[in-house]
Amino acid sequence: MSTKVDTTPIARQKRNRFLLQAACIAVSLFMLIPIYLISLAALSSRASLNEFPLSLLPTNLSVETLTGFLGATGIFGALGNSLIVGAGTLILAALIGVPAGYALARFSFRGKDPYQLFLLFTRALPIVVLSVPLARLFLTVDIYDTTYAVILLHTALALPTTILISASVFLSVPIDVEEAARLFGCSPLGAFGRVVLPMALPGLAAASIFTFVMSWNEVLGASILTLDHRTLPAQVLSSLSDSPLAYRFAGGFALVIPSIIFIALMRRYLTNMWGSTIR
Amino acid sequence: MVVEAPPTPAATVAPPRHRKIPPAVLLIGPSVVFMALLLGWPVVQGVLQAFKDDQGFTLEFVNRMVQDPYFWPAVRNTLLLIVVMIPLQFALAIAMALMLRSNPRLHKVHFFIWAIPLALSDLAAGLVWLAIFNDRGYLNSALSWFGLQGISWLAYDNQTSMFICVLIAELWRATSLVLIIVVAGLQGIPKDYDEAAQVFGATFWQRLRHVTLPLLKPSLQVALILRTILAFQTFAVAQALTGQNFPLVVGETYRWYTGLQNPNVAAALALVILVVSMVTSIFYLRALRDKNQGGLR
Amino acid sequence: MADIQISNLVKTYPGGSERATDDVSLSIRDGEFTVLLGPSGCGKTTLLRMIAGLELPDSGSISIGGRDVTYLPPNKRNLSMVFQSYAVFPHRKVRYNIGFGLRMAKVPADEIERKVQWAADLLQLGPYLDRLPANLSGGQRQRVAVARAIVMDADVLLMDEPLSNLDALLRLTFRSELKKIVQDLGTTTVYVTHDQSEALSLGDQVAVMRKGRIVQLGDPLDVYDAPADQFVGGFIGSPPMNFLDAAVSHDGGTLVLGEQQLMAPSILRSFAGKDVLLGVRAENVTVSNQRSSGDVAATVLVVEPMGSTVLLTVEVDGHNLKVQAPPTFKTAPRHTVWLGFAPNTMRVYDRETSMALEAK
Repeated sequence: MSTKVDTTPIARQKRNRFLLQAACIAVSLFMLIPIYLISLAALSSRASLNEFPLSLLPTNLSVETLTGFLGATGIFGALGNSLIVGAGTLILAALIGVPAGYALARFSFRGKDPYQLFLLFTRALPIVVLSVPLARLFLTVDIYDTTYAVILLHTALALPTTILISASVFLSVPIDVEEAARLFGCSPLGAFGRVVLPMALPGLAAASIFTFVMSWNEVLGASILTLDHRTLPAQVLSSLSDSPLAYRFAGGFALVIPSIIFIALMRRYLTNMWGSTIR
Repeated sequence: MVVEAPPTPAATVAPPRHRKIPPAVLLIGPSVVFMALLLGWPVVQGVLQAFKDDQGFTLEFVNRMVQDPYFWPAVRNTLLLIVVMIPLQFALAIAMALMLRSNPRLHKVHFFIWAIPLALSDLAAGLVWLAIFNDRGYLNSALSWFGLQGISWLAYDNQTSMFICVLIAELWRATSLVLIIVVAGLQGIPKDYDEAAQVFGATFWQRLRHVTLPLLKPSLQVALILRTILAFQTFAVAQALTGQNFPLVVGETYRWYTGLQNPNVAAALALVILVVSMVTSIFYLRALRDKNQGGLR
Repeated sequence: MADIQISNLVKTYPGGSERATDDVSLSIRDGEFTVLLGPSGCGKTTLLRMIAGLELPDSGSISIGGRDVTYLPPNKRNLSMVFQSYAVFPHRKVRYNIGFGLRMAKVPADEIERKVQWAADLLQLGPYLDRLPANLSGGQRQRVAVARAIVMDADVLLMDEPLSNLDALLRLTFRSELKKIVQDLGTTTVYVTHDQSEALSLGDQVAVMRKGRIVQLGDPLDVYDAPADQFVGGFIGSPPMNFLDAAVSHDGGTLVLGEQQLMAPSILRSFAGKDVLLGVRAENVTVSNQRSSGDVAATVLVVEPMGSTVLLTVEVDGHNLKVQAPPTFKTAPRHTVWLGFAPNTMRVYDRETSMALEAK
């Protein structure tokens, strides 16, 4: 017996697929067009930025605006400060946070639940709340307006997330493997170094990039804690009101490009990273 | 999400005899000390700074804060932004996550593109959209290529369009955080539930309402708390787009601290943010828990 | 209730090179219980999912009760299904879970209530109706999944390895319960499993699948007794069928196993002088410590007392065989035992194609 096959559902399905693709492309365009335009603005000459209407196509590319921005006072130093603060935060947060994450994943101890609650609670602490009193503290211990001050603040901000993420990374390393290493003669530290750490490393690396991104982007705390040793966003913010548009566009571009690289570096871990914030 | 676990059994408590410090304490210790020093202490100091001057307790700083002409507009703008933005953002993020789940062509590329703003600061987002929305920017240029007269989107007397500009910039920047959490949440839901609902006759909307969204609730709760807290902290977007024309509470803190050099009023403003953040978080936790599995476990 | 007609169904998964189902045709009568049996990756689950509408075929057609449903979405097919993972909604109470399908179909509340109560009584879920699935045992969750499927008055009931996540004892008791429930309902049922004992005990007909094709379709006893090829014989039965290389003598009257001989079944007359593959089930071989005429000598390798029988692994002419002896049978490794083969229980297969040989 052969019934006639009704293919109308397939046609409907095809139409839905088409709409789906179109919607995806529309969202992608919404995400990409602003990035294209800021790149276009940053790569246009000062003269062509003063024209109106602006050309929407890259007809008049020049690095004049960008070199002008990089040559402006304080920008080069700010870029260096940003890198130092980012790297310092990354190292300090890993040194303090990874062991704590390991303990959360592997041990049960008194106060574990309050500790985890405390970590979650710190998420609700706005940066402003911390920055203003910290500025006073750092003044008294004489590290105000140094990169150390910003590193300490950023580490404190990143630490809860680092701990929670590394705990979830360690949880994904099966405990059997560690026990097997112990059984075959490794010390606790040896088992950690030889077996657990190599398996956890990709996840921890992604967590570190996350820390770096947070530090790279943080504006308010860095602005409040420093005067002459500002990070890049803080420098851009503080000179915002008295700088020409071209300078602001170049600044925006300089802040956008690294973020694309960051996301490209850790795209495989994106959902693990932020997904693990669910707990 | 706060899961109340049963109290730690007494067996894990260290025996009273003399012993080495347990390894967990050694591993956790530094983080506790560090956070107490750099997170706990500043909060205490912040409260003191806001309510104490040389003579002792005072409400002077709070009064100055409230009497500042920018204060109430800043509060209004902050709340308005959150009330309008959060629902839009969640609808958008859920739709985007569902689109990705139905495996469109190039879904990995789309996901990457949609995640880019995740690593963007609100300052960067503000500057990006400044290139578009300023009077001689790309939006007005595009309009004029079509022969249309541009609008001063960011002008002081145009509060509505200014609000829309800040809203779009924030939607552009911060939807990806919600998206990532929702995508991760969806990945954690076995496909079987959706398939079971399909087989038992549920339409797309019925599945969304009765199966997918309820199962996503824990993720949505986390995203909601996180996103709202972060939204209270938004300020550089508005600063970059409008200068002082669209005040937000955190921006006021920055102005009081750096511009007006008054850390005490700045501390008082910071406490407003803290209190509102806490209250909202608790509200979300209550509201989203009670409806569901109240009294269970 | 309805019959199912499947014809020439082809499905290749995107990115896959092999066909998940390769030109499968299958006819299931109204009210029949059909089991799709095969090892993992044989296409049985794909076939079930295409009936459900969860996968769409590349070509071919499926009709249920005379209505073409090949490309219809699952929610328009009037089916119900029990999933391997149960897929019991964790955020809802048992009561809601059982009534889910009815609620989606906008059945009046009092009728939903009545039917849920009926299904809950049938599956002894009465006391658990107001619990969340997290507070149920695996077996109880399984019952909820079955209850949810049977309240539906669906045309077809689909089951995807519903017993595979239960422990062995529970599986056995629930299997018979499931059989009774489905028998009483009389719904057309398609049941997927990799467990041959489930297939034999439950099915009205069994379709054995391998590499995307149905290699044998028939009554469970026929499939067990006369496997269509070496694969089916080796897959069905515990222990599986034994296979031995043998040659048919020139007069067709005897089978030659190395240096020994046995009486050949009559169908081999037409294969005189050929090499064949001999298939014989453990329970069809008599084992004895004394030689009778026609017996074959075998060396005992392993002795496994199973309680009701003793399972012996023996060697004949370089082949290992599994045979059964009564529990009182005494022997030990390296002893010689004598095996008796009844000619009418032997099956013979082509050595090249491993297909069953039919008398010409």
